[in-house]
Amino acid sequence: MIKKEQHIVLETKNLSVGYTSKKGTNVIADGINITLQKGQLIGLVGANGIGKSTLLRTLTTVQKPLQGDIFINSKSIRDYTTVELAKQLSLVLTEQIASKNLSVFELVALGRQPYTNWVGSLSADDLAIIENALQQTNIVPLKDKKCFELSDGQLQKVMIARALAQDTDLIILDEPTTHLDMYHKAYILKLLQRLAKETGKTILFSSHEIDLAIQLCDVMIVMNSTSVISGTPCHLISDGTFNTLFPEDLIAFDQNTGSFKVKK
Amino acid sequence: MLIIFFFVNISLGSVSIPTLEIFKSLVGDIDNESWQYIIQNYRLPKAFTAILVGSGLGISGLLMQTLFRNPLAGPFVLGISSGASLGVALVILGSGLFGGVFASLLTSKWSIVVAASLGSFLVLLAVMIVSSRVRDTMAILIIGLMFGSITSAVVSVLSYFSSAEELQQYIFWGFGSLGNLSWKELFIFFLIYLAGILMTISSIKGLNTLLLGENYAKSLGLKLKQSRLVIIIATSLLAGTITAFAGPIAFIGLAIPHMTRQIFHTSNHKILLPAVFLFGGIVMLICDSIAQLPTSDYTLPINAITSLVGAPVVIWLLTRKRKMFF
Repeated sequence: MIKKEQHIVLETKNLSVGYTSKKGTNVIADGINITLQKGQLIGLVGANGIGKSTLLRTLTTVQKPLQGDIFINSKSIRDYTTVELAKQLSLVLTEQIASKNLSVFELVALGRQPYTNWVGSLSADDLAIIENALQQTNIVPLKDKKCFELSDGQLQKVMIARALAQDTDLIILDEPTTHLDMYHKAYILKLLQRLAKETGKTILFSSHEIDLAIQLCDVMIVMNSTSVISGTPCHLISDGTFNTLFPEDLIAFDQNTGSFKVKK
Repeated sequence: MLIIFFFVNISLGSVSIPTLEIFKSLVGDIDNESWQYIIQNYRLPKAFTAILVGSGLGISGLLMQTLFRNPLAGPFVLGISSGASLGVALVILGSGLFGGVFASLLTSKWSIVVAASLGSFLVLLAVMIVSSRVRDTMAILIIGLMFGSITSAVVSVLSYFSSAEELQQYIFWGFGSLGNLSWKELFIFFLIYLAGILMTISSIKGLNTLLLGENYAKSLGLKLKQSRLVIIIATSLLAGTITAFAGPIAFIGLAIPHMTRQIFHTSNHKILLPAVFLFGGIVMLICDSIAQLPTSDYTLPINAITSLVGAPVVIWLLTRKRKMFF
């Protein structure tokens, strides 16, 4: 397959993530070299406790890398101010928002904060971008509802719309499909795929929905206990990477169906 | 409405003055000089103080509730008021330990103001430092309550060693009072209050972002540490000076933001802030008018009235928590 003109949005160089405490450093994963291209949908998968969240927390500057560097649009994230970074990178987190008394419109409008003036007034441009974000995620009818009136699936769409309104090249989502039923899991990931294609944004998400991710992602990043491997789903299936995801005593990856099967 | 209650408030008091005469006195056209004196030097400053106290406490409660992401936060619950009380207790009750000229210097109004502001700032800072180590917002509340009980314990120890006169002075301060301010004191009060309000207005955008939680706020480009500090300083300026000038007024800080959210159905600080300002002022004027006990010569401690209004509201909020807006 011939790639169109390539534009690297996120790149890590020899990145090492983990925690430092008084007892010393606890390296969760090291030697991470990944490059994410413009317009790609990337799925990050790995077993519980393998360090997906730690990696995402490091990429989103919640915690500092132990070693190595992260570049967004060829500039190290250390050289960005918080406001500049907010124009490059938007997030959808697993944590609940603090106040559910916001209306959907107000919440999506908060995505414009890095661009607005000191009281946060919305310009005509801001309003157009918000409207666009609401349309792209099919939540225009929900516009005036309060967040506490929404189902989990609806709320997730609203949070994605908020990230879109932030108008960044890169969107990172931490387990956007947890708490959702099978239909909404597929719906959200399909939505992300469409958004990546239509808007040219790079969308990175972590998930346990390996089957769905294999079907929808352009690139997948697989974290196992020894390494972090990235590649197209096809490539990762054929070289057996998915077999290294979990201990092999209970489930095994079936290359033909592209899914995990319980051992009989 | 604020203006209406402002006039209602001025017209009530132990000396009854006809309403018409009150309007006349405001424009400086009145014959009865003692009425003129009462209104100019007693009732007007008291009404202004009520507005400043009510709106200031309401706003500092709003700031705390948003910052701590907790609907039960408020200047009173988080130990700010008890910090101010400790500062004042140290000055009033501790002054006996220093003795002499130094003591009379210490018990002057200004040292009480400074001590209360300093005390509230230090306790709030301590609560913030400890709470930055815990993630659970309920834990923050408990920590605030613990600091509150520590300070009240220190106050108890101090009162044990104090003279009856000092004790009485402290207890009267604790009743809360809106009526003891001269125009000059009111002016200083207003300046500090204004500083707190201006800092609050400058953080409206940040406050709205904080509604999403701190991690989202940061991802939206909010300088978290800086805005947190501004909010804390604004709160301690407001709550600290109010407690210093008017005593520890209970419940207003907690109840007003909730009442306002219920009425306006929004959490947007651009709307909430002026609404809380007006509503806090109105409620405080009403409370003060009730405290005057119309048609009687007595004046009740303002703190008793605010608690009588505030406590049922808090109980009502807790019993219908499912529908509570935040």
